[in-house]
Amino acid sequence: MPDEFGPGNPVPDPLPEAGQSSGEPIDPDVDLRDPVQRTELVRRHGPVLGAIALGGGLGAVARYGLARAVPAAPGGFPWATLLTNVAGCFLIGVLMVLVTEAWQAHRLVRPFLGVGILGGFTTFSTYVVETRGLLGPGSVPLAFGYLAGTLAAALLAVVLGHAVTRRAVLGRTEVAGR
Amino acid sequence: MTVLLVFLGGAVGAPLRYLTDRAVQSRHQSLFPWGTLTVNLAGCLVLGGLTGAGAALPAPLFALLGTGFCGALTTYSTFGYETVRLAERRAYLAAVANVVVSLAAGFGGAVFGYEVVQALVS
Repeated sequence: MPDEFGPGNPVPDPLPEAGQSSGEPIDPDVDLRDPVQRTELVRRHGPVLGAIALGGGLGAVARYGLARAVPAAPGGFPWATLLTNVAGCFLIGVLMVLVTEAWQAHRLVRPFLGVGILGGFTTFSTYVVETRGLLGPGSVPLAFGYLAGTLAAALLAVVLGHAVTRRAVLGRTEVAGR
Repeated sequence: MTVLLVFLGGAVGAPLRYLTDRAVQSRHQSLFPWGTLTVNLAGCLVLGGLTGAGAALPAPLFALLGTGFCGALTTYSTFGYETVRLAERRAYLAAVANVVVSLAAGFGGAVFGYEVVQALVS
């Protein structure tokens, strides 16, 4: 769908009603197509930014702790970062279903847990820089394996977290509707 | 002490990602996640540079700027989630482009940052 892609091609994209699975935003951090998120910083931005900062700090410390617990040998496979990013991707799949379809979530829940904790916990820069560090004569397969392996596992984790949570939520809704 | 520095770096990096994402989105109306791409590329460039400094960069400063700030400025969960959501909405080109551009440009940025800083400190 090329017309959905590119900055020169604005697509008016109103989000559907909450409760539909397609009502989830594209960007879990902040999606300005969502009227609530567009205005969440307008009135009182202190609490939102404070929640994100606290969550980001805690998420970063959790990632640091995991990296200390599972240290990578020099030139070795960075298991800790892989685990961090895949776990964070699973959890954002779970979280986004919960905040958009299951809960009447408080307005600070998504910023604190999603933008802050999961955003601070997972890291794209370390992943890329570690891939660069793994590259060397004879270790190209290892570097490529880390690059592609993380990507595949992370995308699968989002889909899995999404599917499991949607199933749980939809199952409950059906029971409640009887 | 190191934990506190990582926390401080993360507490600055995450809100900066949110504000950058907002600022970029308010200028581009497309589905493509330009905001997340921007922070991830910036983080790769900076972390590449910090790594290029090697032993010239004190360990506490790396904990603050590298592990904390760059780690929280960039995000894999948002990148992964956006890619899946684009595919779910059948914006396949955007989903594939997001992965290819993020990886290629991120890697290029990291290598560039690393080489430039290493040339400067050596």
